[in-house]
Amino acid sequence: MENQLYLSSSPHIHSGETTDKVMRLVIYALLPATLLSIYFFGLPALSVLLICTLGCPVFEALACKLRKQPLTLVDGSAALTGILLAMNLPPSCPWWIALFGAAVAILVGKQVYGGLGYNPFNPALVARVVLLISFPVQMTSWTAPAPLGSGIDAVTSATPLGEVKTAVMLTGKLPELATSGFGHYFTGDMAGCLGEVSAIALLLGGLFLLYKKVITWHIPVSFIGTVLAIGGIFWLVDPGRYPSPLFHLLTGGLLLGAFFMATDMVTSPVTYRGMLIFGCGCGLLTVLIRLFGGYPEGVSFAILLMNACTPLIDRYTRPKLYGQVESLKAEG
Amino acid sequence: MNLKTFAGGLHPPDNKKWSADKPIELCPLPEELIIPAAQHIGAPAEICVAVGDTVKKGQMIAQAKGFVSVPIHASTSGEVIAIEPRLHPMGRPLPAVVIKPDGQDQWDDSLKPNDPEQLDSETLKSLIRDAGIVGMGGATFPTHVKLSPPEGKTIDTLILNGVECEPYLTADHRLMLEQSERLIDGIRILRKILGVKDTIIGIEANKPDAIEHLNKECAPHQIQIQPLKVQYPQGAEKQLIDACTSRQVPSGGLPMDCGVVVQNVGTCAAISDAVRLGRPLVERVATVTGPGIKEPKNLLVAVGTPLQHLVDQCGGLNGEPAKIIMGGPMMGQAQLSLEVPAIRGTSGLLIFREPDLQVRPAGPCIRCGRCVSVCPIHLQPTTIAAYARLDLIDEAEHYNALDCIECGCCTYICPAALPLVQSIRHAKGGIMAKRRKL
Repeated sequence: MENQLYLSSSPHIHSGETTDKVMRLVIYALLPATLLSIYFFGLPALSVLLICTLGCPVFEALACKLRKQPLTLVDGSAALTGILLAMNLPPSCPWWIALFGAAVAILVGKQVYGGLGYNPFNPALVARVVLLISFPVQMTSWTAPAPLGSGIDAVTSATPLGEVKTAVMLTGKLPELATSGFGHYFTGDMAGCLGEVSAIALLLGGLFLLYKKVITWHIPVSFIGTVLAIGGIFWLVDPGRYPSPLFHLLTGGLLLGAFFMATDMVTSPVTYRGMLIFGCGCGLLTVLIRLFGGYPEGVSFAILLMNACTPLIDRYTRPKLYGQVESLKAEG
Repeated sequence: MNLKTFAGGLHPPDNKKWSADKPIELCPLPEELIIPAAQHIGAPAEICVAVGDTVKKGQMIAQAKGFVSVPIHASTSGEVIAIEPRLHPMGRPLPAVVIKPDGQDQWDDSLKPNDPEQLDSETLKSLIRDAGIVGMGGATFPTHVKLSPPEGKTIDTLILNGVECEPYLTADHRLMLEQSERLIDGIRILRKILGVKDTIIGIEANKPDAIEHLNKECAPHQIQIQPLKVQYPQGAEKQLIDACTSRQVPSGGLPMDCGVVVQNVGTCAAISDAVRLGRPLVERVATVTGPGIKEPKNLLVAVGTPLQHLVDQCGGLNGEPAKIIMGGPMMGQAQLSLEVPAIRGTSGLLIFREPDLQVRPAGPCIRCGRCVSVCPIHLQPTTIAAYARLDLIDEAEHYNALDCIECGCCTYICPAALPLVQSIRHAKGGIMAKRRKL
């Protein structure tokens, strides 16, 4: 009997929390938005989703083999990166761009740093930005939703944020779509990336993650709150030129970014105070890029820029140590 | 109910139901008692009997060496049959007195009762020391040292630790229910020694019967019963002080630095015996439990009883044991064998089988921050552990590794199954080694 006893030191019990459980829950939370994107954009969306979700694990396996590391597919992180990447692509994007994106996300975004846990930037967003810069035409060609079974062929359309940017640049005034028809944005009946479309589906997923305690409220609330506040200030100053906070909230990738991308644990701060700073930074940068930047949408850039600040934020938001208040005596 | 608590921590399934309703049962004496000379923090006692000697129950068999040390006593009457190194709960053979009980269980005649009302604080403290009283919550720090604050430190609050936040353990719970007179008597002695009026018994809300019982019993004695929200590690001194008084022990300091002395309820009951009856600490209540035990129980155990004997009293093993733990599952110590004796600090014996242990390989840290949010000291466990793994001792020290109380919350919650508290222990060892060299 003595030969078979475990002698490891305390604690001797574990919560049962596992990395793959965390990843699995995030994937579940993305299901409503994923299904809705297939509903609105049909087969093209499905194919983008499949290419990314299968492509990422394939590249992960390849990288593990090259690095002579054990296969890490079981943790589900590669599949999750794939889904998140697909959510960040237009449904009309060609298959080879999606596949190239998967390669960039896993190889450049994650594995070159040492794999899961070591990447400083969100891999899916690294891929999206690489694709956006490399293939600007394909990455900004949008199709209007053509719900499954509606018999409509894909019609080229602009995203609401894109139309606003163009209209404001040309005329200095907001187009009509920025002031009415918000119901469409809420259900997802608009042009955009797979994961930009339905506010309600993303909210549902985000609430699920909060309920399951996979994420805390700090990043989503501070991110969205800052966008609403800063966006609101501009809107109050000149409602003819700047869209309303509600428009900011329901269009583009804000909800996807706030609940699913910025909350990526590996690339966001570990302290609550740090998360609040991180979220506020994301929100501020998003509004500034949307209103004054060269791109209509700023969520990806905002999150990547804040990813870069994460180590610094962690360093300056160390929690106050128990007993530090009266430690003067002890230090002397 | 006004439930207080501290910041941080978590709530593992408490699994106390198996033994919470079992009254304390007297454990019969084993064939031989193995009584180690080292049962406390500080210098081990020096054995002062020889092989062949006849000893009485409560007779001193090893004397204290220095201030931070206590004497050790025979747990029953009988013959000393060996003095040799025996496997100790610490994990290696250490000097022990082996006694063969004579079946009489006869107390030493020289042990005389005292009236605490007639004695001054110094005499009471020396009685406590001579009785070998140590912290029975598991830390086994000599009690008389805790009761002797240096000049200039004022103690204004006495806190009794009835939290028992470790899952599975119910020994203190039963003691509070069944032996409240001993507990209250011990409190009165402690109050006399410390000269304090404010007395709080902290009890977690998962023991409503103990809260109700003590509320009734303590009413005439100006003892406040403080119900606490169930949260591990509330039984850790610093967390209990925070929960009960909202005071914090300064980093690197002791509870007395914020005017508080904390005593475990079991220790307090033992103090009553030591003074009122003149009887040393030779037995204690221990919970024998876990999925690997057929019939979990709360036993009154003679110090030195081999663990195997405790298992036998509880219907034997249930399946093949994979881990034998002395103490609770969060901070207890894994044992090499059931030959090891129960000692003064043994609050429980817990046995797990293979399927009860969730053994899996560690993965990379995904920076989820859960360890940071549960740390009751508000450290960044994953950061310290990462430095520790790279042997960057100075960096670990900078991140306050020495303040870690080793409660294990970080390891318990880690989805990547990283041995965080274990790495921090490694860093603490490195920091202490470095300081000794300087």
